[in-house]
Amino acid sequence: MNKFSAEDALRPRFTAAHKALALRGFVIAGVALLAAAVGFGFVAGVAQGVGYAAAVGGVVLAGLTGACCLLAAFVIRFAALVGRVLLTLALPIFLGGVVGIVVLAWIPALLYERVDGIKADHPGAAVSVAQFEAALTGNAAAARGPAYLAALALWPLQFQLTRDVLAVVGVVGFVSLVAMFGIWWERKVAGRMQSRLGPMRVGGWHGWAQSLADGLKLLQKEDIFIAGADRALFRLAPYVAFIPAMCLFIALPFSAAWVARDLEVGLIFIFAMLGVGVLGVLLAGWASNNKWSMLGAMREACQMISYEIPLGFALLVPIMTLGTLRLTAIGEAQSGGFHTWLAFANPFTFIAAIVFFVATLASCKRAPFDLPEAESELVAGYLTEYSGFRWALFFFAEYAEMFAVAALASVLFFGAWYSPLPASWGAAWADGPLWQRAVHGVLYSGPIWFVLKGFFFFFVQLWLRWTLPRIRLDQVMYACVQVLLPLTMVALLGNTLWLWLVRPGAWLAVAVNLILTAIGGLTVVAMAAIVLYGYLNRRRLVGTMAVDPLPGG
Amino acid sequence: MTAQEVAELLIARFGTAVEAAPVEIHPGVRVTPEAWPAVARFLREEPRLSFNMLRCISGLDLHPEPQIELVYDLIAMRAPTAADGLWSNGGELAVRIRVARDGGSVPSVWDVWRAAEWHEREAYDLLGVGFDGHPDLRRILCPDDWVGHPLRKDYEFPKEYQGIPSAAAAAEGEGGCGASG
Amino acid sequence: MRGKRVSGAERNRQGMEDKLLQGRPDVLVEVDRDRAGGGLRTEEMLVNMGPQHPSTHGVLRLMLRIDGELVLECTPHIGYLHRCAEKIGENVTPVQFIPITDRLDYLAAMINNHGYSLAVEKLLGMEVPERGRYIRVIMSELNRIASHLVSFGAYGLDMGAFTPFVYAFREREYILDLFEQVCGARLTYSYLSIGGATQDLPEGFPERLAQFLDYFEPKIAEYNNLLSFNQIFVKRTAGVGVISAADAIAWGLTGPCLRGSGVKWDLRKCVPYDIYDRFEFDIPVGLPGGVGGAPREAVVGDSWNRYYVRILEMQQSVRILRQCLQQLPSGDFRAKVPRVLKLPAKETYLEVEGGRGQVGYLVVGDGKAVPRRVKIRGPSFCNLSIASHVCRNVLIADIAAIIGSIDVVMGEVDR
Repeated sequence: MNKFSAEDALRPRFTAAHKALALRGFVIAGVALLAAAVGFGFVAGVAQGVGYAAAVGGVVLAGLTGACCLLAAFVIRFAALVGRVLLTLALPIFLGGVVGIVVLAWIPALLYERVDGIKADHPGAAVSVAQFEAALTGNAAAARGPAYLAALALWPLQFQLTRDVLAVVGVVGFVSLVAMFGIWWERKVAGRMQSRLGPMRVGGWHGWAQSLADGLKLLQKEDIFIAGADRALFRLAPYVAFIPAMCLFIALPFSAAWVARDLEVGLIFIFAMLGVGVLGVLLAGWASNNKWSMLGAMREACQMISYEIPLGFALLVPIMTLGTLRLTAIGEAQSGGFHTWLAFANPFTFIAAIVFFVATLASCKRAPFDLPEAESELVAGYLTEYSGFRWALFFFAEYAEMFAVAALASVLFFGAWYSPLPASWGAAWADGPLWQRAVHGVLYSGPIWFVLKGFFFFFVQLWLRWTLPRIRLDQVMYACVQVLLPLTMVALLGNTLWLWLVRPGAWLAVAVNLILTAIGGLTVVAMAAIVLYGYLNRRRLVGTMAVDPLPGG
Repeated sequence: MTAQEVAELLIARFGTAVEAAPVEIHPGVRVTPEAWPAVARFLREEPRLSFNMLRCISGLDLHPEPQIELVYDLIAMRAPTAADGLWSNGGELAVRIRVARDGGSVPSVWDVWRAAEWHEREAYDLLGVGFDGHPDLRRILCPDDWVGHPLRKDYEFPKEYQGIPSAAAAAEGEGGCGASG
Repeated sequence: MRGKRVSGAERNRQGMEDKLLQGRPDVLVEVDRDRAGGGLRTEEMLVNMGPQHPSTHGVLRLMLRIDGELVLECTPHIGYLHRCAEKIGENVTPVQFIPITDRLDYLAAMINNHGYSLAVEKLLGMEVPERGRYIRVIMSELNRIASHLVSFGAYGLDMGAFTPFVYAFREREYILDLFEQVCGARLTYSYLSIGGATQDLPEGFPERLAQFLDYFEPKIAEYNNLLSFNQIFVKRTAGVGVISAADAIAWGLTGPCLRGSGVKWDLRKCVPYDIYDRFEFDIPVGLPGGVGGAPREAVVGDSWNRYYVRILEMQQSVRILRQCLQQLPSGDFRAKVPRVLKLPAKETYLEVEGGRGQVGYLVVGDGKAVPRRVKIRGPSFCNLSIASHVCRNVLIADIAAIIGSIDVVMGEVDR
């Protein structure tokens, strides 16, 4: 007899099969992280001509991953206990985590800047701890105190190796967080757009732990290989999709100092990594031995290859305007506030910005260009036969890519890590006392703005997805060749003529800037008004109707 | 045009192949299988009749008699004459054809009304009536390897299908308590 | 030649094709065909769309012969939901059969109840009291709105827009609440039965219905803004899967599919049954491009028009419902029905305008309590039969657009 009680249902019971599955899931996750780390380190190393970063980064990450896997296995083993503790501490952990991310992103950037400054004052191979201490206190003969400890902590940061390891850990962690947060956020946004609540249960506050729970579930799911699949390629494909998505973050500058590798050819590198991602999808579609998967992969290849052309042309516009491929330099050029942003430099860069955004939607397989996984046509496209954590890896890759291109849009056209506030407004505080400098820093530049802008464009992607129907394949091609490509041509040619004919400060430039600013300002005001109107009249617009409950119900 | 008038018109044209079948509240004509394709084409193309839509083909098993009756329900949709563009009902008709239960067949009228294609397949599947000249006469609702024609009155439900015991077998095994027992 | 080493994938592919071809020898599979001139070897593929596929609305199986994205041929295979409804009909009394009719077109169960009751009443020569007739029309029209809402939402889903689906279900939920108040069920009602309705309307129902109609009518404009005139949606559906009026009639299409082809034919108006001749309403038909608010790309008989006719029909149903509420008489809701109904030895065929087209019932009695034969004409059955004719030389994405606009409910296709 099976006696069922509510307590039994609540108490998780793990059978041997569960444990085996969980173990398998963790191994896959571990391998994925390891592969990502090694791939990341390797590409970073090759990109800069430094090989050791690959080896060391890989070894360190291998250790970390192993430890994480072990820890996770323990979590599973003592899930009941840990679960209870987690539930109690859920909200503090979550909020702490959010604050922690910001601090983690912010403080290293400040430290890097500091260290770079000290290095610049002491020409030589390596700077000694004493020199650090002197720089921190302004007095070489200071007694050993907190400054000495700070100098000890800062000292390793001057070496590239330390920075690489930190960057690898930071990027892998950040990407995981972005993916988990992105999935949760997408579901909340979708819910709100559809008069629903979205996830509300897991974790308590607005279902914040939904992605975490989904991740744990996926880890434990069976890793299914269908008959006739090409097993080797089938296993390989998720990693091939995942690693380039991680590598995008190598060259992405979170702020002037906080960039894993400030590549001379950063833009080209990111462009290349976006293109490599398609290989994973192609492999997945081919290896699945499923005709729907195959069709999905073909669509992806076809779409990706076509949209690289307008994407490339759109990228040429900022390159041409600023004369550099280095992303930090592109960012620095837009430091003066929103009127210096490249999108508003002239009408043609604005066109380029829009084309760039549309093309990145297509290269991330986001709606309305989500043909490769079009549910109503191809079941799930190349994902059809995947399950468990391999499936999750594709999603990690997708969300990481989404954030990366959103952030790239902000770097190229929308002022990178600088605030939209004109720099001149806060110039006085830039050299004030510490608290003024801190406030100035938060308000004017840094990773916070970068992440905010990234998530704004991320939100636009979500917004489009939950509003628009899907385009048909021939229309996708039409939009690429007949609409976007001519537009980029116009943008390119127009930008060339503009740069050639219009001197900075010329009346035409000033006038166009004024007009663009006015249009932009009006748009912002109009949008704000619409939002306000919608909010004030939300009851009437959404419309509610209470049907009286049944008699006795 | 009422069924009676249609019957008169058809009898005048086709003679003994057609007779009136004034079945109560479902009137129509009875046609011999041989004359059926010509009659069908006439029903559809004669401007006075223009029964342009085949609504349904129903097969009735007349079990003790060795015959199956097919009932073709037709309706004439008349194109609009008034300004409002509303189509009008030009008459309804039930055409009845009797065929032998065993091995009987009727000429297919799929080329007269394309709707007949699937309806004829259904009659073939569930009642076992053949349709000569049908382009694709296969079972439609039952699996291709199903045995028997379920809507016949003497149909016995199979005990198993592809090795899976059926509800009928279960009912037998439990003394007729039904499949749910 | 290398030996007979056949890879797993190859073996699997061949096995799959053998299975697909079973019972379909006339499908020509031209594999490894050399294309003229280019010498580029391309292969045609056979793929199964369904019986488990997100956009086939249930268990429809379409066998597609495709060349890349181009569908050369589409063969529907049905029967996966065959539940022997007609056989059951021969073994149970008409009252017992009412719940089976619920399960035919499960999205418009009330209309099925209505149609079968009317057929049996015609056989018995039974008169239904006035209030009962109004209740039936109210329920049928309300259910038509609910059914069209699902159709609208699911069509958006087929086109990749998820949000309209949820909006449609939000409104449908209110209708289901109303049904629940009336009969306790939310999908399979068995509410309309031989002789009228099984119960009277609950206290305050007309007020609630009026409240719902006031709430619902402005929502239709919202759907149009969100989906009907969305540029991407129009590009996806307008001019796709065009069915001419002649074809529509020849294939026996009825309901919105027929009207989408420009044929102004609606049983409620052309062959009025029950009390439909007492109401004023229009019959929406397919519009050519640029006329009456239709987008430039629209063609009479295309997927967009089939879809848009449903939207307009919801408005007309609201009109009918308002008139019903004005005219609703008091009195009996059900005729006196004897405990055991003996069906006379007569035969009748009756059609009503269902959610997807004309639902027909042929009922033959022979003096016993159970009918000798019950034949059901499912409108989706006929509507679907045109699929292989229309889904030819279109893209895979268009298959979803066409099948979605035909709007089949497999319950009444397979019966």
